Amino acid sequence: MKLINESTILRRMKPRLIKNLVFKCLFMAATIFALLVLGILLYRVITQGIGYLDWQFMQGLPSRNPEQAGVKTALIGTVWLMAVVAPVTLFFGVGTAIYLEEYAKKGKFTTFIQVNISNLAGVPSIVFGLLGLTVFVRALSLGTSVIAAGLTMSLLVLPIIIVSSQEAIRAVPKELREASYGMGATKWQTILRVVMPAAIPGILTGGILALSRAIGETAPLVVLGLPLFLAFLPQSVFDMFTVLPMQIYNWTGRPQEEFHAVAAAGIIVLLTLLIIMNSVAVYIRNKFQKRY
Amino acid sequence: MALPESRNSFSVQQMIQQKKQKKNKLIQTEKIVPFILLLTAIVSVLTTVGIVVTLLAETFTFFNHVSIKEFFTAQKWYPFSETQGSFGILPLISGTLKVAFIAAIVAVPIGIASAVFLSEYATDRTRRIIKPILEVLAGIPTIVYGFFALTFVTPILRDLIPSLEIFNALSPGIVIGIMITPMIASLSEDAMTSVPKSMREGAYALGATKLEVAIKIVIPAAVSGIIASIVLAVSRAIGETMIVAVAGGSTPNLSWDVTGSIQTMTAYIVQVSQGDAGYGTTIYYSIYAVGFTLFIFTLMMNLLAQFISKRFREEY
Repeated sequence: MKLINESTILRRMKPRLIKNLVFKCLFMAATIFALLVLGILLYRVITQGIGYLDWQFMQGLPSRNPEQAGVKTALIGTVWLMAVVAPVTLFFGVGTAIYLEEYAKKGKFTTFIQVNISNLAGVPSIVFGLLGLTVFVRALSLGTSVIAAGLTMSLLVLPIIIVSSQEAIRAVPKELREASYGMGATKWQTILRVVMPAAIPGILTGGILALSRAIGETAPLVVLGLPLFLAFLPQSVFDMFTVLPMQIYNWTGRPQEEFHAVAAAGIIVLLTLLIIMNSVAVYIRNKFQKRY
Repeated sequence: MALPESRNSFSVQQMIQQKKQKKNKLIQTEKIVPFILLLTAIVSVLTTVGIVVTLLAETFTFFNHVSIKEFFTAQKWYPFSETQGSFGILPLISGTLKVAFIAAIVAVPIGIASAVFLSEYATDRTRRIIKPILEVLAGIPTIVYGFFALTFVTPILRDLIPSLEIFNALSPGIVIGIMITPMIASLSEDAMTSVPKSMREGAYALGATKLEVAIKIVIPAAVSGIIASIVLAVSRAIGETMIVAVAGGSTPNLSWDVTGSIQTMTAYIVQVSQGDAGYGTTIYYSIYAVGFTLFIFTLMMNLLAQFISKRFREEY
């Protein structure tokens, strides 16, 4: 006597298996859809903008004539912005991370700082724009200068670099610290010469990601009142300037079809810059990250 | 009896002195450094304080010009009219929520479906390829999405729905949905992956299919993480600025219509910032009142997400 009737089992299992297969395809389709959108987006931008992308576009100043418009002021403005944001966020971000991971005692105050940082990460970027407008542009009367925009952006990306630096510092094993103490090193010497070198790949990766967020943001800079159209280059951090996303925003907002193509060319430049930065971050992570 | 002073002993004394000085310096550094680091940590607290204080102070000034009752109950937002200006935030909130709602309709199913696919069906190799690509999608600047909405999604939608205006709620809503999909997918996938393998194995042993395991075991176990990811993503959608500023238009209105031009809270702030509303005018202060409302909205949602993921987390 057969205890198991295979045909009955097959009959009962079949709808469940088919359902499983159908849903697997659905789930896969959803994932592919997200990837497809990325493909379409890149394809659209490249086919639209490639015609305008040449040396003259990189060298050109903004212009009313789409044929002559260029990104020189915006691109150099973006570099200026990076020059302010990078050192400021690194100093304050890494400082905060070291304090929280190495010095802070567990308690209400430390928890408060930690909760505060995670909430700050969720504040819309435009609100940072309002803060920058009031504090840096008006109260400190820095105007729409590189330094005002740079400090605003630094505050915006600070949580990103703090969190990634904390993770990097936390990943350094305790044995390394103990060994350093065992050799008679003080706490700060240990941090500076043992913990930091081990944590630096992680910190740099986070720093680059934070920086790429900063150069892609538009909203806070619009609120600060950065000019959409600027035909000269900044000479110091106290000069007016504009950045790539602002320039793209300006071109996108124009009704003429040609300017949309120019905007697409600007987007290609911006995305290329971001891809380079992200590749460097991935490279650093893979090359220097030690697993303990 | 005094020892004859030689060059040698003087040098030893000096060495001791130097050693002492060096040690003192070291001790001083040890004391100063934590203090400096504490100061850097305070910067993030000061940022929060700065945000709250600026928004509150300027909002109070705004309420000197416009009554709180008008702000919360008036049905119209006509700030630029000299004679019959009306400051009722409801139309801006309705625009914001409309866009966020459309974004959620797009992002929640796609995001959760991809999360299930990545955590339950995909092989390790597929996951290692797809996850970074999704992260790229999350890292694209929002102005690029705005451009995409205006020049690609809107024309397609206008072919499908002829009555659609050039600026509408639908197109930016869909594109914001695409923007927040990776966020939901990635965070939900994390929540699902952290469901212990033994629970899945138990269900498989009872003869469950992968779909049944996903729906009856993994999703219920990871539900707090999934809901938290949705709330966070919607909060991001509410605070999103450039996509709506480019493709959403600038006509605040209080309705359920998604085909017409709208204005969100963020887009209004952008519009005023670009215009030449002078410092000290009611319009100037109104962006702080709107910004404060926006801040409260997103803060509430972020706190809610934290609460959900803490309170309803299933520990295994």
